[in-house]
Amino acid sequence: MTGDVTILIAVALPLIGAAGIALAHASPNLRETVSIATAIGLTGVVWSLLPDVIAGARPAAELLTLMPGLAIQFRVEPLGALFAALASFLWIFNTIYSIGYMRANREKHQTRFYLLFAVALSATIGIAFSGNLITLFLFYEVLTLSTYPLVAHKGDAKTVASARVYVGLLLATSIGLLLPAIIWTYRTAGTLDFTPGGILDGKVDGLAAGLLLALYMFGTGKAALMPVHRWLPAAMVAPTPVSALLHAVAVVKAGVFVVTKVIVYIFGIDFLRAQASADWLLYAAGFTTVAASIVALRQGNLKRLLAYSTVAQLSYVTLAAALFRPVSEVGAALHIAAHGLGKITLFFVAGSIYTAAKKTEISQLDGIGRRMPWTLAAFSIGALAMIGLPPTAGFVSKWQILMGSLQADQHFAVLVIIASTALNSAYFLPILHRAWFRPESAAPPVDHGEAPLPIVIALTATALMTVAFFFLNQSALELAWQIFETVK
Amino acid sequence: MWREQLPALAIAVPLAAAPIAALLKAGRTAWALTTAASGVSFVIALLLAGAVSSHNELSYAVGSWPAPYGIELRITSFSALLLLIITGASSVALLAGGQSLDAEVTPVRRPFFYAAWLLALGGLAGIVASGDAFNIFVFMEVSSLATYILIAGGSDPRALTAVFKYLIMGTVGATFYLIGIGLIYMMTGTLNLIDMEARIADVADLKPILAAVGFVTIGLVLKAGVFPLHVWLPNTYAWSPHIVTAFIAACSTKVSLYVLLRFDFMVFQGSLADHHLQFSGFLMPLAVLAILVGSGVAIVEGNLKRLLAYSSVAQIGYVVLGASLMTATGLTAGIVHMFNHALAKGTMFLAVACLATRVPSLRLENLAGIGRLMPWSTAAFMLAALSLIGIPGTAGFIGKWYLISAALEEGALGLAVVAVIVISSLMAVAYVWRVAEIACFRAPPGPDTATREAPPQMLVVLWVAALANIWFGLLPGRPLSLSGEAAMTLLGQLQ
Repeated sequence: MTGDVTILIAVALPLIGAAGIALAHASPNLRETVSIATAIGLTGVVWSLLPDVIAGARPAAELLTLMPGLAIQFRVEPLGALFAALASFLWIFNTIYSIGYMRANREKHQTRFYLLFAVALSATIGIAFSGNLITLFLFYEVLTLSTYPLVAHKGDAKTVASARVYVGLLLATSIGLLLPAIIWTYRTAGTLDFTPGGILDGKVDGLAAGLLLALYMFGTGKAALMPVHRWLPAAMVAPTPVSALLHAVAVVKAGVFVVTKVIVYIFGIDFLRAQASADWLLYAAGFTTVAASIVALRQGNLKRLLAYSTVAQLSYVTLAAALFRPVSEVGAALHIAAHGLGKITLFFVAGSIYTAAKKTEISQLDGIGRRMPWTLAAFSIGALAMIGLPPTAGFVSKWQILMGSLQADQHFAVLVIIASTALNSAYFLPILHRAWFRPESAAPPVDHGEAPLPIVIALTATALMTVAFFFLNQSALELAWQIFETVK
Repeated sequence: MWREQLPALAIAVPLAAAPIAALLKAGRTAWALTTAASGVSFVIALLLAGAVSSHNELSYAVGSWPAPYGIELRITSFSALLLLIITGASSVALLAGGQSLDAEVTPVRRPFFYAAWLLALGGLAGIVASGDAFNIFVFMEVSSLATYILIAGGSDPRALTAVFKYLIMGTVGATFYLIGIGLIYMMTGTLNLIDMEARIADVADLKPILAAVGFVTIGLVLKAGVFPLHVWLPNTYAWSPHIVTAFIAACSTKVSLYVLLRFDFMVFQGSLADHHLQFSGFLMPLAVLAILVGSGVAIVEGNLKRLLAYSSVAQIGYVVLGASLMTATGLTAGIVHMFNHALAKGTMFLAVACLATRVPSLRLENLAGIGRLMPWSTAAFMLAALSLIGIPGTAGFIGKWYLISAALEEGALGLAVVAVIVISSLMAVAYVWRVAEIACFRAPPGPDTATREAPPQMLVVLWVAALANIWFGLLPGRPLSLSGEAAMTLLGQLQ
């Protein structure tokens, strides 16, 4: 065990929190206090690393040697720091929200819920800080397994079947494609360390490079590149805080994080730009964005619509990464954060509506804005962020991605961005219209107002952050540009 | 010095304790003696594993008669690793299984049962420690006969037909092996393995030697349960007393694989033209079939123990597949997988023994909701199951990593092998998940829904074994280096 202890503390802290949650199972108030305290503590630890990383430091730590030449080791670089900062910070609000949601909906097994949440966060931090592919793979699988019981939380036959799709697809792609890709990389490059500029230059060439890239991209099932996106709609059966965890905090973010990290630090963008066999990724991502948006257009269920919106937005990140330009990689990194803020708000809203009004379908939302103004205001901000309009976070990253596409002279990417903006508007704006301007079609069965206070606090906070990110993105931008500091 | 006596003691301790156990009246004392003897053997195995390296094999001349005339015991890295597996599995099973065996073995039989256990342990240890072909046969018979007794020692009458099948097939296998070494003895006049290796070169391409190679290989393949000669295995595992299953599933087939590899690589390989092509051409297809068929049957099997037994058929395939790649990485993969699979499957069968304290039938539908009734046992089972699948951070991952690495060295053929490994891993996910869903998400069938666990002693040992799967997944150190050394020794003849 060597190196910067702060990193190891960051990975271990959620696990210690999980133990505390288990011990406090008899007292819900204490249990949730432990949960929030752990989230705040984790955020403090992770954010304390940020100034150093922005200043150019790359703290590292080694835990143990797995096999000769392969160690479980961590190295905090800008991309991972940004991801970890986002995940730990959002966990605080997710926990506040969970308290309101889980209690109001009288969900069972709440200790298991909070405990596995903490384990999932530990895995997320492990992914973000991993110094090589084997460490990343280890935590990637821990994240899959720890979120499985969360998805299957309800435990009825339908939920279990959907959770089976979730875990089956994620395990199958990671064992079937990602693991062979990692071993292949190790055999050809002799190392798995994330290195600025990549480790594969001169080691693979031509068709093999494209094939290896495909193994990585489809092996990272969490990035939901079509056709391995099916687990995401299936996972909609989970309680809403879990959906928020999957869509905004950890799981899909881990997916696109791996995609970006592998492209930047394993292949190297200069190497991939020179490989004609790597061009397909741009088109696959573009196709997924447009196709998922079209599917989203046809959804009647709010959470399913959001799920397909996520599939589309994830491929935005992949598309940005596949432009292989520094500015587009920065855009990818920022979009991970921007989409996280916007999407967690949207899911909080979906859960808020479900908790207060027991409504799940878009057609039921006529005039609901007047009953739940805070919730729907947050929804509007989230929707604007998805479309990519100012003054929201989505605009910041979209700007960078658009710059990247123009710099790379990729008209296809520009077209995809325009089309998806149009499609996003086409499925979000009618909901806003319905909620704010249409009269209620019939009086709801229960005369409801806003959801419980913790829910409203959480969704207002994340909505405000979505707006704040538009104005205060300097540090994030600076951090993201650090990715290329050493290669310049 | 006493350290020089360790190879002999590894065999002598359990064999000497066996008759004493048979004479003890009370079952509990016999159990204590057996556990103690097994524990001592385990310590001896640890000391031996610490002492050997590829440059330092331990040779022991029985009765001070030097080899090749006297009987030689020879501890290599490979045999030290196997000794660890055998004595470790036996000790863990015994420590956990006192109460479970009390429930399954009638009091009258207990002293003899424990004597048989010690004979099986001593026999298995003898096989891996011996450097003499005929002694291997003798120890094989000792361990086999004792194992038949163990399998039939419980109260389930179905074990009797299972063990009869095993007896017939095991005897055929042992006889084949005996015919093989008889032919070699006829041609070379020696039974010492190292001497044999040197002398066989003079008579290499003569018909009797070629016939001997066939007899030895087929005989051992049968005893190792390699597909399609595995038919004795599922029912044997299924109807034995649970603790016996944990013991034999962890080590007995692996010992036969050890002898197979030792013979084919160290005795035949160097002298016979194209032997390595025949070996891999013969065994690789069988390994692939074992992996696919074993996993496939496990997916549809309705009895938990039979499900795990078919999984074992597949896992034996992994070991053979690694060996049939004929490379250092491949052999390392196969050998380290012997250790890791013993760890995973032994733990799973121990967990099964715990579950059986509450659900004796072990049919999957009767295990509905067992995760709520017995959370600790089920959790340990799932942990070991993850190791079986090969999730990173568990022992099973190490073997899989090396196996895929080895396959990728092979070019186009290797890609097909990788595909097989990947598909079978996914099949493992499928059969494990089937159990997981039934155990965790179905409602318990009976009215009794209180949480009631297996006895604490079983649980503690079970969890030590389960956590060992994590330990050796993160710190594979010594088993891995022993496997690497063993692979290098085996391949010495090819380089």
